[in-house]
Amino acid sequence: MRKFLAALVAVMSLCLFAGKSLAASEISINGSTTILPFAQSTAEAFMKMNPDVRMSVSGSGSGNGAKALIDGTTDIAAMSREMKASEIDDAGKKGVKPFQVTVAVDCIVPIVHPSNPVGDLSVEQLKKIYAGEITNWSEVGGPDKRIAVVGRDTSSGTFEVWAEKVMEGAEVTPGALVAASSGAVVQTVAGNPLAIGYDSLGYVDAKLVKGLSINGVAGSPETARKGSIATSRFLYMYTNGEPSGNVKKYLDFLTGPDGQKYVAREGFVTLK
Amino acid sequence: MPKSAYGKMAASGARWSEKAPRGIVTAAALSGIWLMGFIILFLIKEGMPILSEVSILDIASGNRWYPVSSPPRYGMLPLFAGSCAVTLLSCVIAIPFGTAVALFISDVCPERAREFCKVSLEILGFLPSVVLGFLGMVVLAPWMQAKFELLSGLNMLNASFLLGVMILPTIATLSEDSLRAVSQSLRDASYALGATRFETMFKVVLPCASRGIVSAAILGMMRSVGETMVVLMASGGAALIPRFITDPVRPLTSTIAAEMGETPVGSPHYHALFFMGCLLMLFTCLLNMLVMKIESARRAK
Repeated sequence: MRKFLAALVAVMSLCLFAGKSLAASEISINGSTTILPFAQSTAEAFMKMNPDVRMSVSGSGSGNGAKALIDGTTDIAAMSREMKASEIDDAGKKGVKPFQVTVAVDCIVPIVHPSNPVGDLSVEQLKKIYAGEITNWSEVGGPDKRIAVVGRDTSSGTFEVWAEKVMEGAEVTPGALVAASSGAVVQTVAGNPLAIGYDSLGYVDAKLVKGLSINGVAGSPETARKGSIATSRFLYMYTNGEPSGNVKKYLDFLTGPDGQKYVAREGFVTLK
Repeated sequence: MPKSAYGKMAASGARWSEKAPRGIVTAAALSGIWLMGFIILFLIKEGMPILSEVSILDIASGNRWYPVSSPPRYGMLPLFAGSCAVTLLSCVIAIPFGTAVALFISDVCPERAREFCKVSLEILGFLPSVVLGFLGMVVLAPWMQAKFELLSGLNMLNASFLLGVMILPTIATLSEDSLRAVSQSLRDASYALGATRFETMFKVVLPCASRGIVSAAILGMMRSVGETMVVLMASGGAALIPRFITDPVRPLTSTIAAEMGETPVGSPHYHALFFMGCLLMLFTCLLNMLVMKIESARRAK
């Protein structure tokens, strides 16, 4: 019996060590659901190239990504915005030093139903529509019909960009419909001829909705990278301190030409 | 001597095999209660700090939900009104319909078709709420928008209709159980007195089962209050106090689901969302107590 117990303990401790060595080559990414699609596809490609590395990717929102990095429950935090000062403070308190890597460019485009004749709006017009001051399409060169305003949740990264670049401090009308995800915005606008919404360029499916240009500048990879369209943003991954080992290898792959192919394939704008 | 030793062993063996299952069951039950206690404590601990940021009066009476503007405003009145309105409308849709279905199955439907009806009702209950929500979003909303020339098809009516479909099986099956429990002799007596089938159903069977039907309705209502996915997808999500059934609304549950993922942990917004969780829990608790009271009254009768 004692021999058996000893053997059991030995086997169990072996398992523990084996588990530890496996954990050493495990990379976890957590954060923005905007980044999720290409984080997942690049992770899969990276694992194929490096069979000893295991990656887990989860999307729970930029805020949760930052929290996970601060708590040490993830190696990489994917964020569709820069880390807030308060988050960096929190990180400092726990001895975590967030290190920023720019991984892609995102461009937010206003969208309308394909049947809508309006093709271009100024930032001022967009702001007034979302603030509830313009409520009829005829005021911006469309048919004499009401405007159904569709926005995103106030805590989403997409909303933050819209609030900062279009609303400039003005409040979105409480009558605006709120879609819970990027996909839901497209669905909502595609199903409503009166609707206007905004979404990342990567989600704008030309078969379902029509993208509008802003001040005459259409949303495209070039205008986004140059920043000439008013509503573009960069996407980031944060690590604790400068990345090293497999994490660095992955980030180099993602920002390199091979990884950026996946970024483009998911509808985002590549860095170069 | 060997005999008595054997007897002792058998006795201790029996005691062990009798004690073990009891211990396991007790442990399982206790851990369940323990877990529930912790969840409630956690909810309260995470939800109460919001009261140090804003007064309860501002939360209860404020009609602007702008948690991330500066200064933030945490008026939950539109959200609470949204939850109540959607729930009530779904009950207005589902309770008469569910009771009618129950009455049909228990008193009208021929014996052979009964099983079929019950099974199809159960299948309706199996529909995942996300599937219903999706139907509401891509089928019902565009249709409603075009048909009634509304601003948007994603509104209170759409969400309530889907919720009604969702809670219909709960209400119908439970009501059917209590209708079936009404003794056959009562029905026979009613017929013997010359009552028609209609009179028997509505004046004898239904009043006898009324408590059961009310508790079925409240259980359906509880499900409706707590349902998240359907309202998240189909209610429109505008934080307005609804004035008409085709206005978009933003119930508490969908607010929590939509905003929790992107909220910095420990911020006032985060605590406000947990506070909403407390409100919901209180609400369903009260409904549950009501059901228990009705049930015990029924048993006493």
